[in-house]
Amino acid sequence: MTQLQQEIAPMPQETATQSTTSIDAHEIAKFEAMAAEWWDLDGKFKPLHMLNPCRLDYITTQIAAEFDRDMTAELPFIGLRILDIGCGGGLLCEPMARLGATVVGVDAAARNIPVARIHAEQSGLEIDYRVGTAEALVAEGEQFDIVLNMEVVEHVADPQAYLTACRQLLVPNGLHICSTLNRNAKSYLFAIIGAEHVMRWLPRGTHDWAKFITPDELFGMLTTAGLTPVDRKGMVFNPLTWSWLLSASDLSVNYVTASVNR
Amino acid sequence: MTHSAHILVTGGGLNGPALALALAQAGFRVTVIDSLPCDTRADPAFDGRAYALALTSRRLLAAIGIWQHVAERAEPMLGIRVRDGKAGGSAGPRTLEFDHAEIEEGPMGHMVEDRHLRRALLDAMQEEARITHLAGETVTAQEVQPGGVIVTLASGERIRGALLVGADGRHGGTAARAGIGRMEWGYGQTAVVCAVAHEKPHQGIAHQVFWPAGPLAILPLTGNRSAIVWSESDTRAARIMAMDDAGFLAALRPAVGDVLGALSLVGKRFSYPLGLSLAHEVVAARVALLGDAAHGVHPIAGQGLNAGLRDVAALADVLSEAKARGEDPGAPTVLARYARWRRFDTATLAFATDGFNRLFSNDNPLLRRVRDLGLGAVNAVPGLRRAFIREAAGLTGDLPRLMRGP
Repeated sequence: MTQLQQEIAPMPQETATQSTTSIDAHEIAKFEAMAAEWWDLDGKFKPLHMLNPCRLDYITTQIAAEFDRDMTAELPFIGLRILDIGCGGGLLCEPMARLGATVVGVDAAARNIPVARIHAEQSGLEIDYRVGTAEALVAEGEQFDIVLNMEVVEHVADPQAYLTACRQLLVPNGLHICSTLNRNAKSYLFAIIGAEHVMRWLPRGTHDWAKFITPDELFGMLTTAGLTPVDRKGMVFNPLTWSWLLSASDLSVNYVTASVNR
Repeated sequence: MTHSAHILVTGGGLNGPALALALAQAGFRVTVIDSLPCDTRADPAFDGRAYALALTSRRLLAAIGIWQHVAERAEPMLGIRVRDGKAGGSAGPRTLEFDHAEIEEGPMGHMVEDRHLRRALLDAMQEEARITHLAGETVTAQEVQPGGVIVTLASGERIRGALLVGADGRHGGTAARAGIGRMEWGYGQTAVVCAVAHEKPHQGIAHQVFWPAGPLAILPLTGNRSAIVWSESDTRAARIMAMDDAGFLAALRPAVGDVLGALSLVGKRFSYPLGLSLAHEVVAARVALLGDAAHGVHPIAGQGLNAGLRDVAALADVLSEAKARGEDPGAPTVLARYARWRRFDTATLAFATDGFNRLFSNDNPLLRRVRDLGLGAVNAVPGLRRAFIREAAGLTGDLPRLMRGP
């Protein structure tokens, strides 16, 4: 359900200082293949593609409500600056850019960045992709209207410090959206046994169940970070329609929260 | 403008413009391409063509701001009377009657003339700033690229969009260029279509008479006029078309019977060879098909345009939802949602109308007995009759948002 561990964890910085312009043709071919892999609906990232419409429903609805946007406008998010941390191949950045937002996508895994850039270019979208972390952006004095932390917080070493950095990146009244996995017997069964061992949707070891966070713990950490949680919903897989749906009551495995920087 | 919110539509008939208007409302930019110039598509004279719009189609047209412009010139259909006609003789004794009072949604449909509907759609497209209408332009090629599709016009102009919608009929070219094959067969029947003025009022009643050679439909228009859809064997239809007006009326009169009194012709006569034509797929890479391009059905129950408008509503629903999420409207995941929604509906309709026609266009005494029993049974059971009326009104199945009404 997630941008995989190795893409979030600090990576060796061997390619971090390169820009796409200095990469040779062989490297570009490799990145194109990786871009195709990221966006292959039946490939390695299939679980993420399946979850994506549900995540996007939540994100777009929250943004439209908080910033009073008309979703039938041609570019409803025009003028909004959005940061996606752990952007991977750009599965969230591209929809946000398509809606008219100014988007910065950040990933600690340097190899994801040229991959995301190539795909955005093929899609005709302008997105500012960078190798980096939330903490580094704080140090650079960056500010955003919206910060997205989707399926990231369960992978970081110090979630509290990470969420505090995210709050510092928000303008006053900015919106923070965060999704993660609940920690209970059911989530162990579904996310670890089900997704990694039975369905093999994710490589084994993708998730460390002990790092999963209950909704109350997350609300506590968000509040400590200086944010005001305003909403939370479950994301539930329906095996009949083979798709994910938002649920007001079932936050037992995957869930998503919205908070405001009041 | 980014091309990702840009949808290309081939075919500027009825379904194409309806889709364009629904998409423009949802925030898309749309380019509609039609090979015919506008003036030949909106002839103001009554040409005899009319449609039986189901209730759900009317709701869709209201949602896109069209119904308001045709409502005054539409005739509500208050009842349908079905009869079984015997070879060489008069209509059979058994009739099946459907009355709109049996469902709560009001008239089961409205008859609307082609000229009014076409004009209203063309005018609305003209007024919508998000729609570009290229009339008299022919598509010569289409090419799928990463992130988009490019259409080349005969003029050499190339237009890029995120998705190409083929609303260009059975053999319009979009489906074939996308590599989508078709399954087709003819019925050996041709529909002769015209309008008649009649002496007695029709009282909003539509008649359907099943003659052995094919069904005859008499559908109420405004004033003392009715639309006639007369299906006959190809050879007989050719003879009927070759007759002069007086000869034609003389041939038509016994088929219609005397419920409407004396008849006279209004407008031209048209003939359409009848056949089933189903595209193997309704979607391909960055291409979606709708209307006759996806499925040309037997017009036995007047369901051709209604089925097309169901496609329009479903595709508009899927694309609007994708737009609001920021999804690429031409992505395979998005198109698969449309395909799943429409596949079942389309196949059921095609085979049901096909089967219905085979059952009725026949003088086999055994089949006749089955029909008599069937008509009697449907008439005797109110629940069953209501189910037929709801089906005719288009109220069954998983309705798209634009067809659910206020």
